[in-house]
Amino acid sequence: MVDVPLGHIGPAHAADVDDVELYHPHSWVTKYVFSQDAKIIAIQYSATALTVGLIALVLSWLMRLQLGFPGVFSFIDANAYYQFITMHGMMMVVYVLTALFLGGFGNYLIPLMVGARDMVFPYVNMVSFWVYLLAVLILVASFFAPGGPTGAGWTLYPPQAILSGTPGGQDWGIILMLVSLIVFIIGFTMGGLNYVVTVLQARARGMTLMRMPLTVWGIFTASFMALLAFPALFVGSVMMLFDRTLGTSFFMPAIVEMGQTLDRSGGSPILFQHLFWFFGHPEVYIVALPAFGIVSDLISTHARRNIFGYRMMVWALLAIGALSFIVWAHHMYVSGMNPYFGFFFATTTLIIAIPTAIKVYNWVLTLWRGDIHLTVPMLFALAFIVTFVNGGLTGLFLGNVVVDVPLSDTMFVVAHFHMVMGVAPILVIFGAIYHWYPKITGRMLNDPLGKLHFWVTFLGAYAIFFPMHYLGLMGVPRRYHEIGEMAFVPASAHTLNAFITIVALIVGAVQLIFVFNLFWSLRYGRPSGGNPWRATTLEWQTPETPPPHGNWGAKLPVVYRWAYDYSVPGAVEDFLPQNQPSAQPASGTIHG
Amino acid sequence: MAVALILVLITVGSVVFHLVSPWWWTPIASNWGYIDSTIVITFWITGAVFVAVVFFMAYCVYRFRHQPGRQAHYEPESKRLELWLTILTGVGVAAMLTPGLFVWRQFITVPEDATDIEVLGQQWQWAFRLPGPDGKLGMTDTRLVSPDNPLGISREDPKGQDDVIIEGGELRLPVDKPVKALLRSVDVIHNFYVPEMRAKMDLVPGQVSYIWFTPTRTGTFEILCAELCGVGHPQMRGTVVVQEQKDYQAWLEGQASRNFARLAPAVQ
Amino acid sequence: MGSILVFLTALLIIATWWLSRQGLMSKPWLEQGVAVDWLAARRAPSSAAKVGLGVFLAVVGSLFALFISAYAIRMQMPDWRALPLPKILWLNTGMLVLSSVALHGTRKAARRGEDEELRLGLLAAGVTALAFLSGQLLAWRQLTADGYLLASNSANAFFYVLTGIHGLHLLGGLIALGRTIARAWRGIAPERLQLSVELCATYWHFLLFVWLVLLSVLTGWAGDVIDICRQLLA
Repeated sequence: MVDVPLGHIGPAHAADVDDVELYHPHSWVTKYVFSQDAKIIAIQYSATALTVGLIALVLSWLMRLQLGFPGVFSFIDANAYYQFITMHGMMMVVYVLTALFLGGFGNYLIPLMVGARDMVFPYVNMVSFWVYLLAVLILVASFFAPGGPTGAGWTLYPPQAILSGTPGGQDWGIILMLVSLIVFIIGFTMGGLNYVVTVLQARARGMTLMRMPLTVWGIFTASFMALLAFPALFVGSVMMLFDRTLGTSFFMPAIVEMGQTLDRSGGSPILFQHLFWFFGHPEVYIVALPAFGIVSDLISTHARRNIFGYRMMVWALLAIGALSFIVWAHHMYVSGMNPYFGFFFATTTLIIAIPTAIKVYNWVLTLWRGDIHLTVPMLFALAFIVTFVNGGLTGLFLGNVVVDVPLSDTMFVVAHFHMVMGVAPILVIFGAIYHWYPKITGRMLNDPLGKLHFWVTFLGAYAIFFPMHYLGLMGVPRRYHEIGEMAFVPASAHTLNAFITIVALIVGAVQLIFVFNLFWSLRYGRPSGGNPWRATTLEWQTPETPPPHGNWGAKLPVVYRWAYDYSVPGAVEDFLPQNQPSAQPASGTIHG
Repeated sequence: MAVALILVLITVGSVVFHLVSPWWWTPIASNWGYIDSTIVITFWITGAVFVAVVFFMAYCVYRFRHQPGRQAHYEPESKRLELWLTILTGVGVAAMLTPGLFVWRQFITVPEDATDIEVLGQQWQWAFRLPGPDGKLGMTDTRLVSPDNPLGISREDPKGQDDVIIEGGELRLPVDKPVKALLRSVDVIHNFYVPEMRAKMDLVPGQVSYIWFTPTRTGTFEILCAELCGVGHPQMRGTVVVQEQKDYQAWLEGQASRNFARLAPAVQ
Repeated sequence: MGSILVFLTALLIIATWWLSRQGLMSKPWLEQGVAVDWLAARRAPSSAAKVGLGVFLAVVGSLFALFISAYAIRMQMPDWRALPLPKILWLNTGMLVLSSVALHGTRKAARRGEDEELRLGLLAAGVTALAFLSGQLLAWRQLTADGYLLASNSANAFFYVLTGIHGLHLLGGLIALGRTIARAWRGIAPERLQLSVELCATYWHFLLFVWLVLLSVLTGWAGDVIDICRQLLA
């Protein structure tokens, strides 16, 4: 090892200290409600997103009940079914996963992990949350609007999304959905600017980019991608809103709807699909990259070993981020677009598998010759690898243009994307909550409850989605309110559907244990101390736990090493915090 | 220990499920056996990777589980190992992509002797149009759709005069003859999907898309709509009846005289 | 989707250039201590706002590039009927140019600490920007009066949407400019206004650039240029 000569360490930069004075909260309201502290905003974001997640979970129960036991529940008619799947999909993808990873984890972890006092634009950050909440309220309001929420499928393809054959198409449903998305994007842009600029500008002294934990890399890259990709959804939503309310023909060709000739002409439904997936595909990675980053840190910490191939991990992250912008039309192989595009998009899509595979290899190679502590966060991280590898590999089917032809729009697709961008990131979210809860509250989450939650969630989710692939392979289409009689579907497939439904109900119910654990441990959890996992990264080195406003007390941390000095030969402890100057533990750097 | 065992069980279970699953693709009835072969190649490669990764993980979890006195090995990276893994992955990806692209080329290259037929989707039913004796389909326009002209066929175009129109969702095709299905919709996006034919493509209002295939065995197959098209989406069914050439011809002649008679007065 | 891909390629080049200076090839586990070159890289404390604006402009750029992509795809459909651009757009363009020039001058005045020039420049920029927006509204009224309604053809709809979104962005800028003007009038020293003025100026120049691009798209020049380039390449 080479010791780089220590640079000049003077008093902390004036600008960094000023930050503390900027917004010192004066009352309960400014401290906990209209707070400009990224940590409070993170909790607000997370609580809202988890609540939306529970609503979306109930919706998935309802749709599964219909699929498993068609006709038994008379209130789930075709209208309701399509409304449930649409709202479930849109809520989970945008309002839960995006908001939780970027708004929740991004807000909590970025300032702490890079050694900043707060986000660089705290006021904008606060507004971001309230705008997000407004978007959620508009979305939820559509349940109570005349005609109910839209049932156009989360992809909202026109023309059906705004026609009367679709629930909410000629009522308020689709309008509220589009307005809510537009508001969400405005709110996200405010937050996203913060996440990106904080990483660029507010890193502690000594925190070079290559010393950042992969969590920060993941959230940073994803935020940047989201900032560039969400405008595509914005453009599509604005144009569809015009089509729906003002009678324009952006996406509306000449249409004879139920015998009525509509006064539209010339529009291109495929144009919307291009815009939607120009957002939609990066969106997959906007959810995946933070998960990649977080899971890297979980594995490294709990295997007591540096993340294997850190540089390769960073490069792979950046490569995936860049490539994800030129693969969007792999969602459109059978959309009737120019078929020659298939060659290009199949190639780019399969190329993106290479950096993704490298990440997987490096995760398992981190386990290799490690010192693996099978804590609850680690279990979730291992489960993530299993589900992500499974879902990623089925992506190779769907990305390879001709293989996609028989499989697209079948249950295979549903199984694939739930595995890879539903279950896998949610497992990371759970792992991350079990991992960082002690820092947020000062108490550990209950371990036996955590293990119960883990095993049922992981095995259950796998049992739901793994067999589902085979329904799709057989040819069962997705988005069927009821399969009904199909000559090629044997009776056993209906039994399988009923099985999937029952498992889904169980997995859903177990999430209540998790919610209970969150509240119970708040009071009765074992006190954790400041660094229960003996981790190296800066957020565990705060002088107080939970960290107060300004995070670091009087003195900002100074970073002396990269984020993964675990089990360094010759060191006394098996971890060296990033702000510890030498390999020997100095008093006062590790706070209890 | 338990964790490693469960990981192994998941992998073994998945493979066994794959092998014994009663849910498998429908027996093929078209020329797209190559698509099935590509899927099989992909299954082999991805299956091997899945098993290898999870087994290796299970091994690590068992072998390197925390025990008193264990210290993790310190090794930041291994360029050689990572390089080899990258190359190996690249080879695997190429092994799936190359056949895929070759088959795709076939999929979009319609043979010269394919017969044009038309598939028209509307909420929530199928209609079909077969060329009459002249072997050609006439022009259409969505704006011409009316109760007595549900497909919007142009009456100025002489090629359309003898077209055979089938409403009610039963399409007949001769066996072993390539067909090019021109796909059209008058309202929303639908998708023409016959699981046994493997082929699938959206019907987009305002444009005409296509697929081609050659039915290779006689029988009756279901047509499904595979693109959400409103509340009636699951009810949008039809059938394809693949017949021997002479049965088909006999049926077609019967249809042609009937439909021609029905359309002709409307021309004036 | 050509224009958004061109835009993203430009961003990618900038990002690659920036990342190439961040030591991405270094082996961080071999380096201990505070990296020496890091202090040199630290810019003035105000730069957070500037970087923030830069990132925001990337977002806005992406938004307009996507609108232009949609425009280019939609205009190939056979029902497209280009609308005659009202003459007043040229006057408006002049106003926006003047506004940008005024802010450019103001930026210099702020740097030199010239109080009078600063206020005058800010005011001139505000007035000309308002003139631009009123001119755009007049153009809308004129088109509507001539029967080029929003719903009658997508060319019209795109005109209203593109000018509208651009106008909204300028309106947002005017709020920031208005606050700067208010602060200048309250007698805050020019040095302390320097950052606000610089941010406004950058934003104005960017919106002027976007407007010129939009104008070239709406008049069809952009299409002509691309056609010529294509012919040269072929």
